[in-house]
Amino acid sequence: MKQDRFIAFILLMLALSALSGLVLITVFIFKEGLPLILQTGFRDFFLSSDWDPKGEHFGILSMIVGSLAVTVGAMAIGAVFGLGMAIVLTQFCPPGLVSILKPLIELLAGIPSVVYGFMGVVTIVPLIRNHLGGPGLSVLAASIVLGIMVLPTVTSISVDALKAVPRAYWEGSVALGATKWQTTHMLMLKAARSGILAAIILGMGRALGETMAVIMVAGNALEIPGSPLDPVRTLTSNIALEMGYATGRHREALFATGVTLFVFIMIFNTTALAISRRSAGKGGGR
Amino acid sequence: MGAHASEPIIQVKDLSVTFSGCQALNGITLDIRRNERLAVIGPANSGKTTFLRCLNRLNDLKHDYRHTGNILLDGKDVYDSDVDVARLRRRIGMVYAVPGPLPWSIYDNLVYGPKLAGIRSRDRLDELVETSLKAAVLWDEVKDRLRMPAHNLSGGQQQRLCLARVLALEPDVMILDEPCSGLDPISTAKIEDALVELKSSHAIVLVTNNTKQAGRASDRTAFFLMGKLIEVDDTTRLFTNPTDQRTNDYLVGQFG
Repeated sequence: MKQDRFIAFILLMLALSALSGLVLITVFIFKEGLPLILQTGFRDFFLSSDWDPKGEHFGILSMIVGSLAVTVGAMAIGAVFGLGMAIVLTQFCPPGLVSILKPLIELLAGIPSVVYGFMGVVTIVPLIRNHLGGPGLSVLAASIVLGIMVLPTVTSISVDALKAVPRAYWEGSVALGATKWQTTHMLMLKAARSGILAAIILGMGRALGETMAVIMVAGNALEIPGSPLDPVRTLTSNIALEMGYATGRHREALFATGVTLFVFIMIFNTTALAISRRSAGKGGGR
Repeated sequence: MGAHASEPIIQVKDLSVTFSGCQALNGITLDIRRNERLAVIGPANSGKTTFLRCLNRLNDLKHDYRHTGNILLDGKDVYDSDVDVARLRRRIGMVYAVPGPLPWSIYDNLVYGPKLAGIRSRDRLDELVETSLKAAVLWDEVKDRLRMPAHNLSGGQQQRLCLARVLALEPDVMILDEPCSGLDPISTAKIEDALVELKSSHAIVLVTNNTKQAGRASDRTAFFLMGKLIEVDDTTRLFTNPTDQRTNDYLVGQFG
């Protein structure tokens, strides 16, 4: 008994120290970044794309647009392929093949992001430059690389959501004369809808937060992209590229960029959590 | 159909089934007649459910399923390569042991099958909903709340909804796999009543663990044991005077 309480206490402390890490990081970046946003003014910080640290102009609009463009592009690719993969794995694949394919997809998550970036630079960037024009380093290149990087997240959470649909639904549908594909899109995708949505939003969070691979393939130009073939700088790349030499207000501005990113990712993750909670409460009902 | 009532609609010829090499059915030969209620009884693992799921080819969905022999529906082998399996499953409607309404409203559950069959007309769908609910003795209980989620119904009502859902397909044959196993006696009686009405227009195959139910709700009874058909006869004759000792042992509760 005594020993149990002692161990419970130790574990509680460990859990709290992990949690306090989250609290400290949050407090720290807000403390460092928020004053600059207030001094610069919301309008000049969020709605201006004039980023000139030497001239003390800190407008991050082009990076917000860059991050969103790359994220949307990545999800257009990642959601389609990830969901397609999840459908194949749960509905159409013999079990033997699933046990080979699923671990392989999960292995994608273990590849360091710098390797993705490198693959992007040596294969995708030249392909775009030679066949579609532009510098190659672009929104499109970053979207493709990130789209592949979010596949494991989107696929495995979607697979879980599809597997959580009761087998009785599936059998009931098939026995009523639905083909596998009709059952999939009329029943399974609807019944697993919230889980799939959560998968896509978590994937978006991952794409928005990714830094290394994006720096390598996005081109990092400080301008609002006019087409998918234009280079962009994302919020994360901005911090990583300039943190090494930034001081004073410049450094504060980078923390302010971090605050912006933090808020975006918090919104994504709480949305995903809320969606999956709501569906759990309703038992996957319509 | 103009065909004679006692003429077979389904002919099963020397059907044997294995799963991963394990014998589940062994040389079943059995006719199912138009307008009869055929009960299939037997102890657990005797192949009753496997037999049912062969008729509408649900076993195809298991990767280790193999069969030999033939199943003829109106003289046409259901395993022929040119058979439209989805259409076959609409002609041979199935009700499961555990009621499994889909996670939609009562109305959407009922029109799902007809919509898959290509019926688009609102009026026609409404008509099918009403007639099938009436035939399943559920209409009076739900007619005012068709848009309600089907999961809000009680277990007995859900099972009658599943029956109605199959009836809305206007099938030629209804196959029921222990449809009353989880239901109270009153719900059971309502389903049995519905089956009496349905027999005039459908052949019915009823798998049941409840020999009393087989006695009440069938015209003929087939006794399965360890994947073999031991005997099939008029229900009253089989229950009062079985020809095989094993049937007699099962009916008086010697094993199973």
